[in-house]
Amino acid sequence: MPRPAAGGSAAPSSEEEVEQPLAEDAVLDIDEIRRESDVDAVLDRLDVELVGLLPVKTRIREIAALLLVDRMRSQFGLSSSRPALHMSFTGSPGTGKTTVALRMAELLHGLGYLRRGHLVSVTRDDLVGQYIGHTAPKTKEVLKRAMGGVLFIDEAYYLYKEDNERDYGAESVEILLQVMENQRDDLVVILAGYKDRMDDFFRSNPGMSSRIAHHIDFPDYTVDELAAIAGLIAAEHEYVLPGDTTAVLRDYLEKRMRQPRFANARSVRNAIERARLRQANRLVSQPGASVTKQQLQELTPADFLASRVFTEHSDRQSDDDTSGVC
Amino acid sequence: MRITQGTFSYLPDLTDEEIKDQLQYCIDNEWSVAVEFTDDPHPRNVYWEMWGLPMFDVPDASGVMLEVAACREAYPVHYVRVSAFDAQLTRQTTALSFLVQRPPEEPGFQLERQEGPDRTIRYTLRGYAANSPEGQRYGRGEG
Repeated sequence: MPRPAAGGSAAPSSEEEVEQPLAEDAVLDIDEIRRESDVDAVLDRLDVELVGLLPVKTRIREIAALLLVDRMRSQFGLSSSRPALHMSFTGSPGTGKTTVALRMAELLHGLGYLRRGHLVSVTRDDLVGQYIGHTAPKTKEVLKRAMGGVLFIDEAYYLYKEDNERDYGAESVEILLQVMENQRDDLVVILAGYKDRMDDFFRSNPGMSSRIAHHIDFPDYTVDELAAIAGLIAAEHEYVLPGDTTAVLRDYLEKRMRQPRFANARSVRNAIERARLRQANRLVSQPGASVTKQQLQELTPADFLASRVFTEHSDRQSDDDTSGVC
Repeated sequence: MRITQGTFSYLPDLTDEEIKDQLQYCIDNEWSVAVEFTDDPHPRNVYWEMWGLPMFDVPDASGVMLEVAACREAYPVHYVRVSAFDAQLTRQTTALSFLVQRPPEEPGFQLERQEGPDRTIRYTLRGYAANSPEGQRYGRGEG
């Protein structure tokens, strides 16, 4: 039963709050409005914390700019509807899709587009049921939790299996579509996955593709960017990479990039993790029994040079990134 | 006869927007919110049917509103209420409970007088709606 609006209580007070639109020839100071909102702080933080990813940053800047423009428009009494914010992130492994999604949730919350700004990260398992009638409640449960925040569907292409039309994934996609359309103000859906497979997914679900306003492609990192990322990761763990180590690291990255299963930032993280292991081993097994704070912090070239990437011939395929150290 | 049961029941019916604000208040206080429904209007009917499980991990009121909307759709002429349980030690009780839907017409109650010995009279209330079997009260109800 539709609720009738509560007679007298709420209406008059909200009418008083509505400001008179500005005069036709009024001029607004953009700088002042920028200062009032904390858009710049949010964007600056993004620049510092994320290396590279130019297309992503450009898009975020555009969304932030739209928010400012909408605020100004509303002061003139022009309509300002909330933009469609559903996104798809495509890119190679380790290009920062999950990290950016997390940031995006904070950011949209900071910009005032989301009420809560939490991120609910799910995969096919969380959405699709195991028997008939199991999928809808499961998907709805997840959507309920994600309301007011961001629903991040990792490897979204698994939701739909083209070759099996009785797969329950299609049901889940249908519910998602419905909510994406009807609850646009409450929820932002971000789909993520590898480029080619996501393209297939969108081809078989044209409705999904058209409801997503922002298709953002994450480019692979260059060596410079990877080195910068390594610096950030090391700083995060309170390690120091001296100049000669950075040179070796760049050499390592160039070699590693040519090898199969290179996973961008994730490979960098793994390389640093392994260097930490070697550094620990080096410090513990050294003859003298004393160690300084500087030694504990520094990763030396030797810690990276011991990697299999340098010792192995390129014709032999290296093992998976995480398996074993030599 | 308009039934006044739960918080806010002497106010005009809350709009969806107001319900949402109340729900958000509950969630911000870390109360778990549950949706319940019944078609027995008796004030002593405290055990309402549960619409799904209480929502422990829904951080935003619009998630709860989805369930409220689903319950209203399934039971368009039942009473639907939302109750918020405060699990805090030393409280552990329902902190807030209010109606979010009521039938379009509420026929009210009949006062029954029962003669006892020595001209004593016992009084009891019986909802007119309760004359029909469950699920068929309030006209177009569906079981």
